Amino acid sequence: MSPAWQNIRADFPILNQKINGHPLLYLDNAATSQKPQCVIDALSTYYREYNSNVHRGIHALSMRATFAYEAARERSAKFLNAATPAEIVFTAGTTDGINLVANAWGDENLKAGDVILLTEMEHHSNLVPWQLLARRTGAKLRFIPVVAGDTGLLDLANLTELLTTEVKLFAFTHVSNTLGVINPAAELCAAARKVGALTLVDAAQSAGHMPLDVQAMGCDFLVISGHKMCGPTGIGVLYGREALLQAMPPYRGGGSMISSVDFFESKWAPAPQKFEAGTPNIADAIALARAMDYLDELGREEIARHDEHLAAVAYARIKSEIPGIRVLGPAHHRSGVVSFALPGAHAHDVVTLADRDGIALRGGHHCNQPLMRKLGLMSTSRASFYFYNTEDEIERLVQSLKKIQQFFAA
Amino acid sequence: MHDLTDLYQTVILDHNRRPRNYQVLPTANRVGSGNNPLCGDEVTVYVQLDGNRIADISFQGSGCAISQASASLMTLNLKGKTIPEAEAITGDVMKLITTGNVKDDELSDLAALAGVHQFPARIKCATLSWHAALNAAKGDAKPITTEKGSD
Repeated sequence: MSPAWQNIRADFPILNQKINGHPLLYLDNAATSQKPQCVIDALSTYYREYNSNVHRGIHALSMRATFAYEAARERSAKFLNAATPAEIVFTAGTTDGINLVANAWGDENLKAGDVILLTEMEHHSNLVPWQLLARRTGAKLRFIPVVAGDTGLLDLANLTELLTTEVKLFAFTHVSNTLGVINPAAELCAAARKVGALTLVDAAQSAGHMPLDVQAMGCDFLVISGHKMCGPTGIGVLYGREALLQAMPPYRGGGSMISSVDFFESKWAPAPQKFEAGTPNIADAIALARAMDYLDELGREEIARHDEHLAAVAYARIKSEIPGIRVLGPAHHRSGVVSFALPGAHAHDVVTLADRDGIALRGGHHCNQPLMRKLGLMSTSRASFYFYNTEDEIERLVQSLKKIQQFFAA
Repeated sequence: MHDLTDLYQTVILDHNRRPRNYQVLPTANRVGSGNNPLCGDEVTVYVQLDGNRIADISFQGSGCAISQASASLMTLNLKGKTIPEAEAITGDVMKLITTGNVKDDELSDLAALAGVHQFPARIKCATLSWHAALNAAKGDAKPITTEKGSD
């Protein structure tokens, strides 16, 4: 049974407002999703009823906060199907998680001549930390290309030539934030394992949009952001295989991450505490767990189907009804991210005009500058859907794009 | 309620569609460039400086309608001006773009940029080429960026 998607909108108070005289049509979900009332309530309940620091507290509030924070870790483990909650590190988000791995694992395990394999469709957050690591260690970067044309699929024809034994880490995005492409994560992880390379999967665009199972995927690290999946900003999860996390040195030092401290040296707590120096983001971790409950109540399979349906309808309608438009990504089997380039109209002008119709789009390079250059585009406009979007909203988007096209053609 | 025609006046749309002085200037002896890392806008301004005077000026670049039209208008308004004159005009235009107040008729077609101030996210689109032009004319080779830090 599909959830009644139209009724779901009532869970999101922010959607019930007008922008420039029109009902808000929020299509910037790849940047950040909206938050259901239950997540907002989880935050305010924490601050109203049991705000307290975790772990060392003996008093009632601290114990309640500690319990809820650690329950959020268990919930996150279940959400990703990690083998144990010890494999769950709370981070500030995807970027923070990638930087943690690049520093704690990378500095210890990479040397000059080693190769970090990436793809041409990575977000800057899964590119720049590896550039910094390469600069520190002398390791080299290598890229799996995107096929020519606008489908945006990875060109895996020469994978064996790229994924060689020199590759120590293969980091790739599960779902592209620009192209809407869903990469074959399990297949890529299996190929990496064959040459002894570790894998890091950037699941920022897939978490909360489709089922995720780190054991079935076979990845070594996986990173997500809470705010793109109905959770708060400033919280994310790094999944790491337990043996890897235990072997890694700390990333940041401070309280909570030690087992004993002397004036000249300290001993680390085991993972995941080793990676959570200082007072953690308690409230947001708890609210993220509530978001995970909410998403699983809806059903992630159902959400994925709905996303894909909306994306397919939007892709087909925009392509057929707006003459001359370039729509990126594949026509089918894609996520809810649909980017397009309207000839004669720059993305920022498109976004400004759509905003006058109450439609929230994003325009620019989407933190994908190298990919944009390869596609011969300075920027694109992007509509990104989530489960609270409807087919009626696609109709509004198409009508607005028609108007925008006429505006710049006039 | 800000009307879109405040932002996209006929003058803006016209200059976006047919940017004036859009070329590499063969006689240029100064070049200035600017970029907006947040949106990817890029502009290069070519200046032929004769003594203290901007004898000729042109630009090339890519960006939104506001940035292209503003750059086009910039070339028309700074051509033939001395550096102090160009600085004064640029100062007036910056005030116009950020406050929307048109001082007097002197700014003529530049008044089309007055609507930009109602769209704070777009102000940098309009100011980039003017800064790049002054940079070029004053011989400062450093590229202009609209952001202090990097993206």
